[in-house]
Amino acid sequence: MPASVDSTGLQTTFDVARVRADFPALHQRIYDGRPLVYLDNAATTQKPQVVIDRIRDFYMRENANIHRGVHYLSQLASDAYDEARRLVADFIGAPDPSQVIFTRGTTESINLVAATYGRQHVGKGDEIVLSAMEHHSNIVPWQLLCEEKGARLRVVPVDERGVLDLEALERSLTERTRLVAIAHVSNALGTVNPVREIIRMAHARGIPVLVDGAQAIQHLEVNVAELDCDFYCFSGHKMYGPTGIGILYGKAELLEAMPPYQGGGDMIERVTFERTTFNRLPYKFEAGTPHIAGAIGLGAAVAYLNGLGRAAVAHYEDELLRYATERLQEVPGLRLIGTAPHKVSVLSFVIDGVHPYDAGTLLDQMGIAVRTGHHCAQPLMDRLGLPGTIRASLALYNTREEIDALVEALHRVVRMLR
Amino acid sequence: MAELHNDTIEARARQLVEEFALFDDWMDKYEYLIELGKSLPPLEPEYKTEAFRIHGCQSQVWIRPEFRDGRVYFKGDSDALITKGLVALLIRVLSGQPPEAIVNARLDFLDEIGLKAHLSPTRKNGLAAMIEQIRRYAQAYLQASRN
Repeated sequence: MPASVDSTGLQTTFDVARVRADFPALHQRIYDGRPLVYLDNAATTQKPQVVIDRIRDFYMRENANIHRGVHYLSQLASDAYDEARRLVADFIGAPDPSQVIFTRGTTESINLVAATYGRQHVGKGDEIVLSAMEHHSNIVPWQLLCEEKGARLRVVPVDERGVLDLEALERSLTERTRLVAIAHVSNALGTVNPVREIIRMAHARGIPVLVDGAQAIQHLEVNVAELDCDFYCFSGHKMYGPTGIGILYGKAELLEAMPPYQGGGDMIERVTFERTTFNRLPYKFEAGTPHIAGAIGLGAAVAYLNGLGRAAVAHYEDELLRYATERLQEVPGLRLIGTAPHKVSVLSFVIDGVHPYDAGTLLDQMGIAVRTGHHCAQPLMDRLGLPGTIRASLALYNTREEIDALVEALHRVVRMLR
Repeated sequence: MAELHNDTIEARARQLVEEFALFDDWMDKYEYLIELGKSLPPLEPEYKTEAFRIHGCQSQVWIRPEFRDGRVYFKGDSDALITKGLVALLIRVLSGQPPEAIVNARLDFLDEIGLKAHLSPTRKNGLAAMIEQIRRYAQAYLQASRN
């Protein structure tokens, strides 16, 4: 199918076969020569050749430390690193690249905010509001902060479909609330939370909002300025970029006022043994030699996604999710977990009489990679009364044929285990 | 399952390796493992407690030892069938053996079946935890019988 353009000028279709050709890892045969069907994209996505090449080229031709050397390679590396930051800033609609901080990933971004902004603003008796569908990375840093400060978490419930209770959220915002930390998209259910509305609610009471975008950034068009979020976090490896690199976006005035996170390296302006002054944003939060290759690789991933057309990707993924949702119902005893009206490409399910681990193991033997278990969202599983689910999570390179293979394999799994 | 006292651990393990060698396809091997799991008599609910639970498994696993006439007998269960199959393999090879033999057993048969290569790392950890717990029980009985 050739790419086409709709009346608004957006690219709305794309050629999935051509896209797949960009991803070398997808064309492997595993075990006894079975074709790999990779449906664990919420955990991490595969990488397109352009990202792999960019990282290799960096190490082959440009490798040097940045922002210090006066020499040729250091200039190249510094420029590439700065360019990656610009690409990411444009990608998320950040007003200025200095508001885009490179971290190791979503988890480190959240920990950074908890350790700086959190320590600065949260005190005894204060509250941090979370949702019941958060994954551990957006629970534990706040829990640690609360223990340290004598503060507490307030958890907003979700209903049976995996939809957040907005009224309960509104009720839980009080004069003691110091921050709302919420997933844009749930990793276990695929629910898309109405973050714009949540931000408006919180801001009406002067409460800042951190959005965990780890599962959103690869599926949805995100504009942090439009959202008006105070912090936005995501990881490179879930959006076709390298592992070990991620982003913390923050509003300039908040970032300026926050104390440094770690000491050393680029974050320093001047050090004497009496006193150290800190560098300007974003370097204040990038202690030590950063993951230069990772940042540059992430920049390449951003450029790759831009090239495909974000609207076209979203449209294709929606169609695929709808197809998969329909086809999965054919499996006897299968029940989808997470049926929010607004969701993205996560299919979490349980099958009567089938333990998720058994299903995951057998699917793996048939070449199909899915995730099983609690998806690092144990409180959510407890809420739903499940030990875990089987989760197939889709990416832009997945196909209807792969969904068919999953459904067929699930039929076999059911036959074997019943 | 018949408890043959005169069978050594090695003989029982060899038997299992031969049984698994009959299947070329890994799905068939898993099917057999699942059958072994299904045919393992369930552990009585009153023993499915924290005391007999093995940690380190993704699924829930319980193994209960009993010491009679100088031998250790094991019963076990799991909520997942493949895991239960692994429990069944260990029980078939190790139950009814003298504690000393269990403590010293090399259990290469799991490698020879090829199971370890085909188990995910988390499941491998679970299997290792089961073996360790079984050895710990045997070690305790060995100690007790020497005192």
